[in-house]
Amino acid sequence: MLTQTQAADIFEKIKRHSTAEEVEVLFYGTCNALTRFANSTIHQNVAEENISLSVRTSFDGGTARATTNKLDDDSLKRVVRASESLAKVQHPDADLLPMPGPADAGTREALPARHFTETAELTPQERAAAVKKMVYIAEKHKLTAAGIFSNSETVEGIFNSRGLADWHTQTSSEISITMLGADSSGWQKFNSPDVSQLNGETLAQIAAEKALQSAKPRELPPGKHTVILEPAAVLDIVGFMFYDFGGLSVLDQRSFLNNRVGTKLFGDEVNIWDDVAHPQQSGAPFDGEGVRRQRVQLVENGVVKRLVYARGSAARMKNSELKDQVGPIVPTGHGFPLPNEMGEAPMNIVFAAPQNPQTVNQMIASTEGGVLVTRLWYIREVDPYEKLLTGMTRDGTFYVEDGKVQHGILNFRFNESLIHMLSNVEAMSIPVRASGEESFDMVVPAMKVGEFNFTEVTKF
Amino acid sequence: MQDIASWALNAASRRGADHVAVRIADDRSRALSTKNGKLGSASDSESFGIGIRVLADGAWGFAASDDLSRTAVEATAARAVEIARASAQVKQHDTRLAPERAAVADWASPFQIDPFSTSVEQNLDLLLKVDSELRSVPGVTLAEANMNFRREDIWFFSSEGADIHQTKYTVGAGYAAYAFAGNEIQKRSYPNSFGGQWQNKGYELIDELKLVENARRVGEEAVALLKADQCPEGVFNIILDGSQLGLQIHESVGHPIELDRVLGMEANYAGTSFLTLDKLRKLRYGSDLVNIVADARQEHGPGLGTFAFDDEGVPAQCIPIITQGLFTGYLSSRETAHMVGLSRSGGTLRAEAWNRLPMIRMTNVSILPGEKPLTREQLVSATDHGIEMETNRSWSIDDKRYNFQFGCEIGWEIKNGKRTRLLKNPSYSGITTEFWNSMDAICSRNEWVLWGVPHCGKGQPAQVMGTGHGAAPARFQHVKVGTAYQGM
Repeated sequence: MLTQTQAADIFEKIKRHSTAEEVEVLFYGTCNALTRFANSTIHQNVAEENISLSVRTSFDGGTARATTNKLDDDSLKRVVRASESLAKVQHPDADLLPMPGPADAGTREALPARHFTETAELTPQERAAAVKKMVYIAEKHKLTAAGIFSNSETVEGIFNSRGLADWHTQTSSEISITMLGADSSGWQKFNSPDVSQLNGETLAQIAAEKALQSAKPRELPPGKHTVILEPAAVLDIVGFMFYDFGGLSVLDQRSFLNNRVGTKLFGDEVNIWDDVAHPQQSGAPFDGEGVRRQRVQLVENGVVKRLVYARGSAARMKNSELKDQVGPIVPTGHGFPLPNEMGEAPMNIVFAAPQNPQTVNQMIASTEGGVLVTRLWYIREVDPYEKLLTGMTRDGTFYVEDGKVQHGILNFRFNESLIHMLSNVEAMSIPVRASGEESFDMVVPAMKVGEFNFTEVTKF
Repeated sequence: MQDIASWALNAASRRGADHVAVRIADDRSRALSTKNGKLGSASDSESFGIGIRVLADGAWGFAASDDLSRTAVEATAARAVEIARASAQVKQHDTRLAPERAAVADWASPFQIDPFSTSVEQNLDLLLKVDSELRSVPGVTLAEANMNFRREDIWFFSSEGADIHQTKYTVGAGYAAYAFAGNEIQKRSYPNSFGGQWQNKGYELIDELKLVENARRVGEEAVALLKADQCPEGVFNIILDGSQLGLQIHESVGHPIELDRVLGMEANYAGTSFLTLDKLRKLRYGSDLVNIVADARQEHGPGLGTFAFDDEGVPAQCIPIITQGLFTGYLSSRETAHMVGLSRSGGTLRAEAWNRLPMIRMTNVSILPGEKPLTREQLVSATDHGIEMETNRSWSIDDKRYNFQFGCEIGWEIKNGKRTRLLKNPSYSGITTEFWNSMDAICSRNEWVLWGVPHCGKGQPAQVMGTGHGAAPARFQHVKVGTAYQGM
């Protein structure tokens, strides 16, 4: 795997090849592997090694980027030329800031350990052995198993000609499992930088129980129901709003927070942070320009408190007519690599624990009539300003009555506004690290929500 | 490349692999975008590497690397065999492949103008002209325009003797105008949403799209939608424009016919399919007017699903999928063909890049146009009461591909054969086979366009693929409209 010293040497070569006023290089290296199974068989099993670097150059207010995974000297010269020839033909952008120096990068918060050798060195034989145990649980319950077990080691780095340099190494491991019966299914997923935190057999057992318990599903009529969303379901739906918390999205007037920063949009118990250093979070502590990611409270007691900013977006917002309407305006270290259209977004979401947390079992026990949802699927935005989203339930959807899970039900389509949903939260659990398929990983609670709008039923 | 491939083939074979497939790809792309008169993004990228797929002990292994030195290639091949042997620890039966003659071929997708030979200044000038036209319309609050080029050089070699080189060019361009006022954001895109229109063509596609000529109208429509009536809820006859129908095909035909999905191989992620094997040649998928093919051949058009050979060396074919409404075919591979009684793969195994495992993917899954001459305007004139919808804005379908819901950017109510009022936020929903069985008219060849969906997601690890969908405007009876906004 590429080391920081090797990357620094490559950066020096690139600087020598460059004629630009400023030059920046992003490095990304990965060794990853994934064992995939279906029908209780390992049917795909892959591994990859790749290092790529991305060169940004600036000339007289114009900037552009070129990327390659070829690290020989001729290729380095070519990628520099490609970036420079693109940058030179840009119209000068008065809003383009000089690249940040070390003093502009901010302070780096100490991160918990995110690199574990055992995770990096996990072998295909070890992954296969773990899959075999999960398949055994499927066979014990006369179900079939499908899923993945993956591990990776990644490096990310940034260097620029103003002396800024930062580096991050990380491992990751993940198990996702679906248990399938004749007319039902159950699902679980967990990931961690530390593979020793993963327990495939526990995940398999929970998924199997969901599949068994939801067998012979019955039809519940669509309508507005009380819903208990497990953390992965919460994650996948709320994830659709966080790209709107960027300063540029409000400047562009494409955010559902246009004219709403500072207003109470959600319930009192909704408190949301972006916090890369949280022990259950993951990822690099710097953004696409090398600015250190700050801990930012986005929502406080249901009030949209502030936005996140790349350096350029913060400068533009300070000069805009919106500047007195959007709360604090400072670079927060959430920018995407330049140049880009999106600006920035919070990517390390952490929900704060509620004052009186409830477990999912307690939420079930307190529900007279409602729906328990394991996960949500194929979520898409229907209306951008109301944040109306549609999607399906999947892999373990249950009818709850008189405080008990009664039986499985046919899956629903929902059409629900995030503003409405997060204003009708009746209970929350302690937040946990969760992973879904529609949004990025977060630390989120399970939620009990009133009047959740299920509009149609499907056939299974 | 033959030397590199031979290192991999020999190293894997020496270690006991029964089948070895080597794919080397050199991928170059350019992405440009503008936003509100300024640069949005400008990037050039290249990626080069090798992916080695092997069968050993009856199971699959795959390893990929960006290092094409002999030592690294041999190590990667060895890793692939090691992985295959690990896979064999958890298998129900040995994998077997349908036979395929090993091809030796060289092919390039036809183009007139190499897009990479055009200057970036020329590209940006065009985008900024579009931007200027969009923002000349009062009320447009955001204008975004993009242009994308890609060139893929792919070399495929196998232990059966295949030696295939293919070069593909892809071009895509489009734009969107947003209008924000009050409590609403409306959007209009051209020629299609989410990046525009994409084909395997050269820069000549850009000229064909007439981007500047349509920009003012698009901006005006975005603003007009702010004052338009909300699309009513109820059951209506609907007319879908070709671009929206292309996406309808993608989601409710293209995905459920993927045989790997049918066989459970995507159950943990993309889902399964309602098209169980017993339905082949029995299910009435659509009305008699519905004829859908999966056609990767050059003669179908420069679609994103056009090639000479798939990524396991099988020649491009035309597979009848729905024939006069009857379900007649799946998308298959060498591994899956025999499971539906086919003696040969349908040639649909495709990989996004060198570092991804090829899997069954749509090619160009297209509905054939109506045989009787019928323009879109004639279809509207022939409709007593209905809602016409154009350009996709949202899409969602369940994991077996039954229940879907689509939202479009713009609609019109039709009464007595005339468009009477503009409608905003049109949406419709239904069950796949009920919907296709309700199709009672489709426009003819002069209205048929081979649309491109550039980023279809599937697989673990995730990969994206371009797919083509030819479609002409069509009408559907008694469709549920407006459920998305129910109770709002």
